[in-house]
Amino acid sequence: MKITVRLFASYREKAGVGQIVIEAPEGATVGSLAQMAAMTLPGLPQPERIVVAVNNEYRDHDFALSDGDEAALIPPVSGGR
Amino acid sequence: MRGRMITITNEELDPGLAVSQVEHPGAGAIVTFVGATRDNTAGRRVLLLEYEAYRPMADQQLQRVADEMRERWDLKGVAIHHRLGRLEIGEASLVVAVSSAHRKNAFEACHFSIDRIKQIVPIWKKEFFEGGEVWVGSQEGFDPLGVRHTAG
Repeated sequence: MKITVRLFASYREKAGVGQIVIEAPEGATVGSLAQMAAMTLPGLPQPERIVVAVNNEYRDHDFALSDGDEAALIPPVSGGR
Repeated sequence: MRGRMITITNEELDPGLAVSQVEHPGAGAIVTFVGATRDNTAGRRVLLLEYEAYRPMADQQLQRVADEMRERWDLKGVAIHHRLGRLEIGEASLVVAVSSAHRKNAFEACHFSIDRIKQIVPIWKKEFFEGGEVWVGSQEGFDPLGVRHTAG
């Protein structure tokens, strides 16, 4: 199944790309997608540290993906204190 | 009432507009927060800043923050305006206005909103220094689901 992976801010700049399509096996989860992305793209943190939103909702790493999903890799949001 | 109360925009922010959006005959207090772009970080001089959002998720998450404020506190009005794009030093990047019958609710809800925005709204800030630039945000403690991800 095809998963569109989107990258933002520091992830986009380190990876050098804002969007890729990953061909994921049936049964793929957010966690396995994060592993594939971290193997494919430079500059990402350890896969287990990557926060992912699927179709605009934050999802745990055991969340099951479906064909055509958009998965966004979400870097830490802007600081301030 | 003018304009959207929960909004993300490339236009200059107007705190007065946010205040006018939450004015209410039953409101005895209007609390506002204006986040401004600062000219230094950890001793380094910042020249300008840039904000980037993942839309429409950022819009949805900003609305979620407003909804959570209304669930927790009895409020008359909530306005949240977030700026995007390149900002000069001293410009407003975030405006929150909250009204309530008595001041305590508005103060608490406004304080909550700032922390919550930085937990769950996918908007990123880049600081441009002399001779460098950096995206702000620490992997440590960034946990929008409220659970530490474990391996696997």
